Amino acid sequence: MRIQCPFCGERDSSEFTYLGDATVRRPDPSAPEQFFEAVYMRDNPAGRHDELWYHGFGCRSWLRVMRDTRTHEVAAVEMCQGAASL
Amino acid sequence: MRYSIFSLMRQVLRGHRDWTPAWRDAAPKRSYDVIVVGGGGHGLATAHYLAKVHGITNVAVLEKGWIGSGNAGRNTTIIRSNYLLPGNLPFYELSMKLWEGLEQDLNYNAMVSQRGVLNLCHSDAQRDAYARRGNAMRMHGVDAELLDVDAIRRMAPFLDFDNGRFPIRGGLLQPRGGTARHDAVVWGYARAASQRGVDIIQNCEVTGFIQEAGRITGVTTTRGEIRATKIGLAVAGNTSRLTNMAGLRMPIESHVLQAFVSESIKPLIPGVVTFGAGHFYVSQSDKGGLVFGGDIDGYNSYAQRGNLPMVEDVGEGAMALMPSLGRIRVLRSWGGVMDMSMDGSPIIDLTPKPGLYLNAGWCYGGFKATPASGWCFAHLLARDEPHEVGRDYRLDRFATGHLIDEKGQGAQPNLH
Repeated sequence: MRIQCPFCGERDSSEFTYLGDATVRRPDPSAPEQFFEAVYMRDNPAGRHDELWYHGFGCRSWLRVMRDTRTHEVAAVEMCQGAASL
Repeated sequence: MRYSIFSLMRQVLRGHRDWTPAWRDAAPKRSYDVIVVGGGGHGLATAHYLAKVHGITNVAVLEKGWIGSGNAGRNTTIIRSNYLLPGNLPFYELSMKLWEGLEQDLNYNAMVSQRGVLNLCHSDAQRDAYARRGNAMRMHGVDAELLDVDAIRRMAPFLDFDNGRFPIRGGLLQPRGGTARHDAVVWGYARAASQRGVDIIQNCEVTGFIQEAGRITGVTTTRGEIRATKIGLAVAGNTSRLTNMAGLRMPIESHVLQAFVSESIKPLIPGVVTFGAGHFYVSQSDKGGLVFGGDIDGYNSYAQRGNLPMVEDVGEGAMALMPSLGRIRVLRSWGGVMDMSMDGSPIIDLTPKPGLYLNAGWCYGGFKATPASGWCFAHLLARDEPHEVGRDYRLDRFATGHLIDEKGQGAQPNLH
């Protein structure tokens, strides 16, 4: 499985560290129910998954990757630049 | 037909023509008292104990493929109860005791082999951690022995004792742990359940839930609608796909775990050995192949196959432990879908939807739990309250803070 890093080009997945679902947003800390959902609950789809990978053995960028969890096919990769956070 | 040396001899004399099917390939009825979704080890064990222990026989097990085609058919066969935490130990020890009586209970040879599970340690700190776990086991009445290097040298001389980077300092042994033939476990439970009246329905994939007045009252499937008073999910890595159909999200990520088998060699490894400086475990099957594996790949996956970096990692673990394996050829590799939970421990509980019951979150440790999982899930389905040893496997524990986190890694499923 390879990921096309916008800076470094196509690299093997072993250069990256996986974090997880990129659609999770840090909620208002004063809303415990939302905080619980954000920390623990996941969609975990079989299909297109929007996820975060860290290019630790490369440029050390955080990447947002759209990947199919049934086939491992990577459809899109973009830089995070603060767009996703947890 | 009861299996015995006499039935075998009779069949030999008849040219093996009269063996009867081990279970009925049932067609679905319109309704049942209980539907168990998932025809793996856990689902079939649940159906068996529902019938045998609770007298509930109007039960259907729905399996989208053929029974045992999921993780029950893909695991590395290890059974053990060498856990640390009080929420886990009584449960896995119940499972161990059920393993010990399983073949007599099911009248089926599941090749339960209590050949010992040895966890090696490679530093003083790790030895201390293993001593702590061994003592926790003993406090719960589970067998545990802390071995020094000399004892391990006698037990497993094939290991590399000269490894300067990962010196073997000792190990924790559970003598009663071992292996069992995973396919036979599925077939044994299926046969026993079917004989008691449970309908095992294959090629029947659940496509949705029927809800009436906020209650789940049935399922839509590829073989029609089937109603039930209670519906229990035992679908491991496919849990989120099913619960999403009921409008529920889960504290679960599905990940791939790879496993491997080597070419057959003469008997070398008598028990189960695990590496302490990396995630690697190995045993030898009765056919002579080494059965081994390591870590999950680390990313969400339903593909039932993994990638080469983890293959290399597992190979490195093998070489660090036993360089003598350097020439052995890998025969097969495959993967399964692990329901990795947010604390690494399972869930056996009601759900927020009345009528829907959940058995999930087994991560990569579901096979050893098969008997106790079935026992506890059957108890929950029959009595609407958890069995004593599964009491802590609550779905709401993530909200209440009563996490059962053996590795202490927190809310990151791929680290458990």
